Amino acid sequence: MWGIIRQKVAAGGGSPVARIRPVVSNLRNYSSAVKQMMVREALNSALDEEMSADPKVFLMGEEVGEYQGAYKISKGLLEKYGPERVLDTPITEAGFTGIGVGAAYYGLKPVVEFMTFNFSMQAIDHIINSAAKSNYMSSGQISVPIVFRGPNGAAAGVGAQHSHCYAAWYASVPGLKVLSPYSSEDARGLLKAAIRDPDPVVFLENELLYGESFPVSAEVLDSSFCLPIGKAKIEREGKDVTITAFSKIVGLSLKAAEILAKEGISAEVINLRSIRPLDRSTINASVRKTNRLVTVEEGFPQHGVGAEICASVIEESFGYLDAPVERIAGADVPMPYAANLERMAVPQVEDIVRAAKRACYRSVPMAAAA
Amino acid sequence: MRFIPESSEKRVPCFRVLDDNGELIKGSDFQQVSKEVAVKMYSHMVTLQVMDSVLYEAQRQGRFSFYLTTIGEEAINIGSAAALSADDFILPQYREPGVLLWRGYTLQQFANQVFANKADDGKGRQMPIHYGSKKLNYITISSPIATQLPQAVGVAYSLKMEKKDACAVAYTGDGGTSEGDFHAALNFAAVMEAPVVFICRNNGWAISTNISEQFRSDGIVVKGRAYGIRSIRVDGNDALAVYTAVQAAREMAISEKRPVLVEALTYRVGHHSTSDDSTKYRTLDEIEYWKTERSPINRFRNWVERQGWWSEQEETELRSSIKKQLLQAIQVAEKTEKPAITELFSDVYDVPPSNLAEQEKQLKEIIQTYPQDYPTDVPV
Repeated sequence: MWGIIRQKVAAGGGSPVARIRPVVSNLRNYSSAVKQMMVREALNSALDEEMSADPKVFLMGEEVGEYQGAYKISKGLLEKYGPERVLDTPITEAGFTGIGVGAAYYGLKPVVEFMTFNFSMQAIDHIINSAAKSNYMSSGQISVPIVFRGPNGAAAGVGAQHSHCYAAWYASVPGLKVLSPYSSEDARGLLKAAIRDPDPVVFLENELLYGESFPVSAEVLDSSFCLPIGKAKIEREGKDVTITAFSKIVGLSLKAAEILAKEGISAEVINLRSIRPLDRSTINASVRKTNRLVTVEEGFPQHGVGAEICASVIEESFGYLDAPVERIAGADVPMPYAANLERMAVPQVEDIVRAAKRACYRSVPMAAAA
Repeated sequence: MRFIPESSEKRVPCFRVLDDNGELIKGSDFQQVSKEVAVKMYSHMVTLQVMDSVLYEAQRQGRFSFYLTTIGEEAINIGSAAALSADDFILPQYREPGVLLWRGYTLQQFANQVFANKADDGKGRQMPIHYGSKKLNYITISSPIATQLPQAVGVAYSLKMEKKDACAVAYTGDGGTSEGDFHAALNFAAVMEAPVVFICRNNGWAISTNISEQFRSDGIVVKGRAYGIRSIRVDGNDALAVYTAVQAAREMAISEKRPVLVEALTYRVGHHSTSDDSTKYRTLDEIEYWKTERSPINRFRNWVERQGWWSEQEETELRSSIKKQLLQAIQVAEKTEKPAITELFSDVYDVPPSNLAEQEKQLKEIIQTYPQDYPTDVPV
């Protein structure tokens, strides 16, 4: 079991909310040659490099300029690129999203930041009806090279209207691409790919990951680094059960895999990276190897990402399944605030371990998580 | 302690150049137009009117599914279009095909779009009257109301950054000003100092909602000040007044890098669309009055004829020629093949995704295997 520390956030996050952080981080003993990079820094450097390389790229959102970004992702960018390329906007998601879409119609490459994707609801018409559908409706005359980014899903102690995961919402729409990074390598490579892509991209970050550090190689640090959209990454190879996850849940899945390994279950953890297009071939190839599948996500269960993965596997690899698909999702309730209730509403490592064991037909105690 | 009253004693006055009979009002700020421009404006207004009546009738005959007319608003359409340059980027609502017509979109292209055939620039993707042309700087019409307003601010911002001698021009109706996007757009345009001209066609009706039920302010013009935007109210049925005001607005927007709001008062003579019967919520007398006595076309015609630049004969010739061209265009459009099945799958993304490529391949294989089950008039 890992201990939990409550920390008051200093200048980093901008809101005096108590944050729950795991004590055990991903730091391992590396030689000094491999650099550690926080996800926040990864996103910042990706934005910086893309803005430097292409004068059409500009950033827009609430608090992105003077305040250095609500979560400091755009730190230093206003100073470097000036107010014409880093725009602080009035409080109107509908307004600045519409403006971003219009600028993209005309040929600029906006990066629109939502303080949280929960607030993107106030602009969702522009994302769906304008950005996503325009290329098709205009028969290719209007392309929309825009990126919508910001924190998505649950944070800690922020309640129902700040904890919703929108992956399934946006990933259901043809015309959009939807990405969700986990590590710093993901953050850099996928954000660069998103900015360079001529299609509209929804980029779902995670607030709790911003402060986490990951090792990054020299290749990742190079300004030309880019990850392909639509390819998942096998974070950990295994042969007994496939676990699919994205964003923060990848971290929990890796921890679950460690625990399962001690009990003789070798779990293969897939970091989806791309929700739309979904890397069905990697997922199916993995399930054909392991014959068992556990999908994990933070969002609500009905019509979620796991539902789509499950359907895809049943359509393409039914004969390979040795057990019913296990689907883990957030509880089917608006996120409660009280810490104990919140903990019960979001998937925990133990939930993933139990589901994997069920898929492997191992007996599992009925006791709820500690 | 004094509260600012909810309305002024007097309504904001309306800028006019011609009186109801088409006579020049003495002392009005009038931008003299050449015979060439005046005749071009007038004939485009007539063309728009004839196009609307012919295509409306064709829809009523069941030849295509949907249409909406611009009857009564020809002066706003053509007057504003004539005042702009070809580089000015247009973001319409949907009752502004006249701007596209002015810029050179042909009657055949309009017909192709409503019939959604394979010659349609839009590849039959959109419902009728949702025209667009990248070449003519006129964005494809989008149905949700007022979404084009903040988008116009984005376009204007791009133009400003490129230092182009051009502005964005966004049109909306009176109903559209109730949308959140209207307020976000105006506020933002002022803050960003964007060169955008907002033209509001206040035609009195939003389907069956009269303006008295749409807002309680003195029309739209007064809303400009609330956002720090210069605004003007103009007689939308006076082609010369619209021309003069829009030209001035454009100049201000570009040289001073500011948004400008133009409220053009007019009347929606036609029904909202072919899905509407407006006699259900307004009187025939009212419609008839605006159709005949307040017709923007007759009013401008009087002025053009008085200049000696137009005649009854030219009128008859023009109308019959346009009608003939339209009937021909409709025939051609109706006979033209529908878009190929390939167009179902393209343009979703810049590069076709693997799942759609696969599905298209499978569909083509099935069609080849069972040709008798596939309609002969739909190209593959």
